[in-house]
Amino acid sequence: MGDNPSSRSENTTASDLGVTGRHTRGAGTGVSPSSHDDPPIGGGGALPKKARFGMEAGFKGLSVAAGAMVLVIIVAIAIFLISKAVPAIRADNENFLTFNQWFPNETEPRFGIAVLAFGTVLTSIIALLVAVPIALGIALFLSHYAPKRLATPLGFVIDLLAAVPSVVFGLWGRDVFMEPVREFSGWLNKYFSWIPIFGGDGPFGRSVLLGSLVLAIMVLPIVTSLSREVFRQTPGMNEEAALALGSTKWEMIRTAVLPYGKPGVIAAVMLGLGRALGETIALAMTLGIVFNISFNIIENGGNSIAANIANAFGEANETGRGALIASGLVLFAITLVVNMAARAIIYRRREFRDSAA
Amino acid sequence: MAKRIEATNVTSYYGSFKAIDSVSMTVEPKTITALIGPSGCGKSTFLRSVNRMHEVLPGARIEGSLTIDDQNIYDPDVDVTAVRRMIGMVFQRPNPFPTMSIYENVVAGLKLNGVKKKSVLDDAAEQSLKSANLWNEVKDRLGRPGAGLSGGQQQRLCIARTIAVEPQVVLMDEPCSALDPISTLAIEDLMFKLKDRFTIIIVTHNMQQAARVSDKTGFFSIDKTGDPGRLIEYDDTQKIFSNPTEKKTEDYITGRFG
Repeated sequence: MGDNPSSRSENTTASDLGVTGRHTRGAGTGVSPSSHDDPPIGGGGALPKKARFGMEAGFKGLSVAAGAMVLVIIVAIAIFLISKAVPAIRADNENFLTFNQWFPNETEPRFGIAVLAFGTVLTSIIALLVAVPIALGIALFLSHYAPKRLATPLGFVIDLLAAVPSVVFGLWGRDVFMEPVREFSGWLNKYFSWIPIFGGDGPFGRSVLLGSLVLAIMVLPIVTSLSREVFRQTPGMNEEAALALGSTKWEMIRTAVLPYGKPGVIAAVMLGLGRALGETIALAMTLGIVFNISFNIIENGGNSIAANIANAFGEANETGRGALIASGLVLFAITLVVNMAARAIIYRRREFRDSAA
Repeated sequence: MAKRIEATNVTSYYGSFKAIDSVSMTVEPKTITALIGPSGCGKSTFLRSVNRMHEVLPGARIEGSLTIDDQNIYDPDVDVTAVRRMIGMVFQRPNPFPTMSIYENVVAGLKLNGVKKKSVLDDAAEQSLKSANLWNEVKDRLGRPGAGLSGGQQQRLCIARTIAVEPQVVLMDEPCSALDPISTLAIEDLMFKLKDRFTIIIVTHNMQQAARVSDKTGFFSIDKTGDPGRLIEYDDTQKIFSNPTEKKTEDYITGRFG
């Protein structure tokens, strides 16, 4: 929307044409914009009318629609999950929450979520326990220790890691990474078998440990990138304040950088956890897929909700699909609880965060 | 509780850019020294050189010697954190730690130095806040965020945080430039009070302030942009503002330059 070209090039004025819109420049009869008579851009002549259908209203409508879309999608997903899951759970001859097996395709369907939910949470937690400390270390190195010449390309490589498709991680975990993990598991078993999680007699390899380590590598770039951004945003004046009090660099990071970045780091970990909980194909390829609740992380075994859906969907009948969707609903619920817990942690310190701005 | 600072031919660089050239001055214990001069003349750079905050910036380095009671601050064997503990600093914009309460802010320096005992920390917090003329305003809300205070209170909180570690020298880099006149007055009163215990060096753009609070005044200037800043004249404040030796100083304080 600019000036109406015809009204200027023909050198007529708004009143000559009977036009009162905002597209004319007002009362001037200017030959050129620099003419003495041309009114200034800020006004001159009468006040133009407000546009009835301008960009303003358009953008407002667009953003309101986009916002409403989120709610529509969430409600639609919930309705879909619940409507498919409820009939299947009704048909279940065992307790859905506590039963340890998965036979939904038989005439007398018997299935339970316990093993799958346990496996999902266990692999995700181990993955985070491994990934988060390393990710924070890398993020701090990139934001506060590495020279800029090194930090930029290294950050780029980390982001690249996030772009590797999960099926590639799955293949790599299964064909390449399994051998070293098997040997490492044997070593752990030899010296630490008195700790229950490293006990058992084997075979080792296709275990919770392998799945978790592959997951950890997949979660690493997300947590690293977000934490690095958060650490970078620490106000320089707070870092200087800490240094001027006589702190070493590490003490400065502990005093100024880490507390400032804490809400952001929690958010980053939650995003990582979201990816770990929902990860499907990499776990379907690396876990042992066994229906058994066990804290032993090095013996062949392990399972997860998403991996089970990928493995079992092909041969599932109507009830079987409903059962898998019910397990999806549980995954949805777990993610929701985790996210709410994270928000609660951040919310508790809101007074400090808000006043920091 | 206060020490003499002696700078001899201090030259500071940012990379290849020479920010100040051969500054020499002696600051006596328990005095207030004001550094004045136009923007970009190197006052702040000199101030940051005194507690080795200058070298925090990448590529920054310094030549010449700076001693505190005859110990070389820039001796390679000297622990830089010890220097900064001895020479505290208050910055231009109030910078309390946003994630900490008022109390935590004041004792942050002590905690960094390994003080853990609650009674010691409580005492130090109360004493420092009293010294900073802030105790009466905040004693009932020590657990509230430090960043929730007004600008003037935040700056006094930062002063309390600085003096809580009992430094020998306190450097202030335009501590009042972000504050209103009443808060400024409060800080100036505070400086007089702190003079009994600390050596204070203050950078200021406000010449009335320099005239009001300082015992000695140093005037920095540059010939033109890109040249290093130099210390033009350093003398008793009274002399600088009534009968300066250098023409440049006179031009500056009478407002004919800068």
